[in-house]
Formats: sequence, C-alpha cells, structure tokens
Amino acid sequence: MMLLSTRGLSRHFGGLKAVENVDFDLPEGQVRALIGPNGAGKTTYVGLLSGRIPASAGSVTFDGQSITHLPAHQRIRAGMAYTFQITSIYGRLSVQENVALALRWRTGGNEAATTKRASDALERVGIAERANQLAGDLSYGHQRLLEIAMGISQQPRLLILDEPTQGLADSEIVDFISLIHGLAGEMTILLIEHNIHVVMQTADAITVLNGGEILAEGTPGEIRENAAVQAAYLGTG
Amino acid sequence: MSEIRKSWGLHIGVVTLLLALNFILPDYHHGNLARVMVLACYAMGYNMLFGYTGLLSLGHALFFAAGMYGMSLTVQHLGWSAGPAIIVGLASGLAMSLVVGILSLRTAGVAFMIVTLMFAQAGYLAALYFGEYTRGDEGFVIQKAARQIGGIDLSDPMNRYLAALVLFAVCLFITLRVVQTGFGRVLVAIRENEERTRMLGYDVHLHKLLAILLSGTMSAAAGAGYGLLFGYAGATFASVQYSIFPLLWVLLGGAGTVLGPFVGTLFMFYLIDLSSDISTAYMLIAGLTLVLLTLFAPQGLVGELRRRTLRWLP
Repeated sequence: MMLLSTRGLSRHFGGLKAVENVDFDLPEGQVRALIGPNGAGKTTYVGLLSGRIPASAGSVTFDGQSITHLPAHQRIRAGMAYTFQITSIYGRLSVQENVALALRWRTGGNEAATTKRASDALERVGIAERANQLAGDLSYGHQRLLEIAMGISQQPRLLILDEPTQGLADSEIVDFISLIHGLAGEMTILLIEHNIHVVMQTADAITVLNGGEILAEGTPGEIRENAAVQAAYLGTG
Repeated sequence: MSEIRKSWGLHIGVVTLLLALNFILPDYHHGNLARVMVLACYAMGYNMLFGYTGLLSLGHALFFAAGMYGMSLTVQHLGWSAGPAIIVGLASGLAMSLVVGILSLRTAGVAFMIVTLMFAQAGYLAALYFGEYTRGDEGFVIQKAARQIGGIDLSDPMNRYLAALVLFAVCLFITLRVVQTGFGRVLVAIRENEERTRMLGYDVHLHKLLAILLSGTMSAAAGAGYGLLFGYAGATFASVQYSIFPLLWVLLGGAGTVLGPFVGTLFMFYLIDLSSDISTAYMLIAGLTLVLLTLFAPQGLVGELRRRTLRWLP
C-alpha cells in the first residue's frame, strides 16, 4: 500500500525547472532517503509534498486521497509532519511549549494530554531535562532535536525530515541514527540527507534526484553500485 | 500556586483595587481614571492584534470610531436608548473589522500597515463627508437624558466610573482568558514564527482574521463606551492620531502582556498631565521620558517586569 504518490509533479521558477515531472511512490512503513547534489530540487520537492510551495503541474496522493489542492495546514492535519532544513522553532517560547504547539490540535485542547505527549516526545529525542528552557537558548544540535521532537509528537503517518543532521556533531549523528531506527516501525519517513553514512545506515530505499528529475531509485546497495549516480552525485564515475 | 491561579489572582486584585479607588480618589483623579480605563480597553483591543498576534495596524481608529458612531448616531438620529445603541456600536466594529480583515490580510508587514492606515483614513474622511449627521470635527454632544442604562445615569461621576470599571474588567478578563487558551497560544505562535505555525497544522489566515475581529470589536466597545460615558462623538477620534495612541500605550506598557495596555495608558495620561503642570513645553518632557523608556525598557513597563522578575505574567 502506497502512503504517498506523486504523478508528473513539477515546479518551475520562471525558466528554471526545479522539479520536473516526478513520479514517485512511497510505501507505508518505509524509511526513504532522498538524495542528490545541491540544487537537485530536493527541498522544493518536499515543499510540493507538504504544500509549502504550490505545484506548477502534477498531482499528490496521500493515503489514497488526492491532496494536490489542499493547503499546507490541512496536509499536516491529514498526517504529515514537516521539519525545516533551516531550524525553525519558537526561540522565545519554552522548549515544552514548542512541542505543545505542535500537537495541541491533536489532543483537542486537553492540556494534561498535551503536556504528557510533549514530555514523551522530548524524552524520545533526549532533551526532556531542558523542557523549561527557552528554545532559543538551546545549542544548535538540541534545536535540531527539538524540531524533530515537534514532528514526532504529532504521531504522523509520514515524517518529512529535511537535512536533520546538518551541523550536528558526530556523537549527535550516532544518536540520530538510533532515533530513526526506533521510529522506523511507527511511521513512514522521508529523509533528505547529505550525509551518505546516515543514509546508508537508516534508509530502506533511496531516491536520487538530479536536475529536478529522478535519476535512480533502489536499495542502498543498488544505488551505491549505480554508475549514473556515481557520476552525478558521488563524483567517482 | 499554579501560574494560572496566580495570574487570575493578580488581575482580580487590580480590578478590586480600582473599585476601591472609586471611593477614595479626589474628583479630578477619579474622572481621569474613568477615562483611562475606557481608553485602556481600546489599548487592550489593539494589543490583542499587535502584542499577541504580531500584526501592526495603523488604522485602529476606524474600529474605535465605528463603535463610537455606531452607538452615538443611533442615539442621536434614531432616538434609540443607550443599551441597544451599544449593541449597534459593537456590531459596527465587528462588521468593519470583518471587511478590513478580509481585505487587509491579503497583505503582510509594511503593506498591512499602509492598507489599514488607508482604510482608517477613508473612515475619517467619510465621517467628515457625512458632516450633516456626524458634524465632522466639531462633533456632537450626546444629551444627558440619553446616557442612561436601566435607569442608571451614566453622566453621574460615580456611575460613570463604575461603568468604566465594568467595561474594563470585561475586556481585561476576556484578554486574560483568551491568552490562556489554545487559540491564544496559536496567536503568539503566529507572532513568533508564522511559517512554522502553518507547518504545524494551523490555519494561520483564519486565526489572524479571528484576532482582527476580536481586536476590532474590543476597540469598538471602547469607542461606544467612551462616547456614552463622556457624552461626545467627533471625527477627531477617527483621525490618524487615534490610531497611533493605542500603539504608543501598548508599547509603553508592554506589548503582549495583559496588564501592559492599562499601565501604558495610565502612564502616558499622567505623563502628559504632570508635565503640562511643570512647563508649557510639556511635550518635550513627555517625549524625553518616552525616549528614555524606549532605551531602558524596550519591552515596556510590564514587559520589563516580566523579563526581570515575574516570568509568569501573562
């Protein structure tokens, strides 16, 4: 069963074809990595999925329903969670309130349930002891983790992570990999990632974008062996 | 004691203190405080949009005047009694904020400021244009006989003070309640990071529109109350300076704090009052004080208090 599919999905900025005619299927429960060189259209593509960016053409289907014309907030409520490439949190609010905002609509305003689930999500990413700090006072790595906590607190069907390990220390990356392993059974994950080590450790399958189009798709082993990918992306062709 | 209980305690305490002052203040300050309380309602309405939602409007005089004219014109020309006329004032404010909200929310940032300013100017000019009814800048006096609700004469200083206090308490407690709800927290989230809020699953546009409706209607309540309690309606209240005043009051008192608008209004009122006792160049004194305050308490008086000690202040 496909959780997410796109057909002919395109986005043009003037003459630039940032995303061109992408047909993509993501089965439920998979951890899929989306990789590609800078400017390949990865962030634009997930922007089209989440509704941040309107599509020029094509369709998006989520959980069997067409969501092509839904605004972003309704896509989130349909079961997508989105974390930003450039950390986007509420710096002047507490860590706890950041997560509470992410999930309050899911608990129907039940503050006790909201608090409990927010604490659980913070526990999960390992920053529970910082719940009462201002989010802006957290280190960069912890802010990235907070962003992920906000995503997983929504218990989404699909979690979209846009370069979550960017700027993290090596030890934090190790923790991140085990976090993804822990989440893998609970939700479908679409991971944009530059760190090839993280991709190989976490992904069930990989999609390679290049110039706004899908260059290759397959298991990590297949992608590693793919000559076109090596030429375009790994630079060892 | 939980923070919510503490903040209810504090705000109920403030209202109780204002009630006690009714019986002890000398006439002059008694009248001033009644005026400040009504104007503080205007500032609270403004604060809902600017302080909590982060939308800077330069046209709130339109809503204040909508309430004032909605109330006073029905009294003056249709001979309605004050109670139903207040409802008309509130409805005018609500309708006006709906129209302005739908149109102005198509813009953001500086464009939003300019669009709201333009709407308010259109309202001001309309008040002048229909001078036959509004008597323009000169305005008109609302007769003492019309300023009664349920047999209570609102032109009597004691009644006027208590009516102002009721209006003030209603606006204060509505604000306090709203900022404690999930809705209020989403408004703050929009102020802090609009795009993030949208991508957490909130309809940002709808929340902003509701904030404008609440803000505009509260401002209209202040306008209707002011006209009724002080017996006068004039186009000056629709002019641009009455759009700037609430911004100043809120900035001084503390944007995004429940008590800030009242403190700011009170402070500004007495700053001008006291400095005009000292010198005819009172605006110089007032201006200098404002500059110093902006330098050393950029978050406003209550905002600064919250930053330094009382972190739980709503």
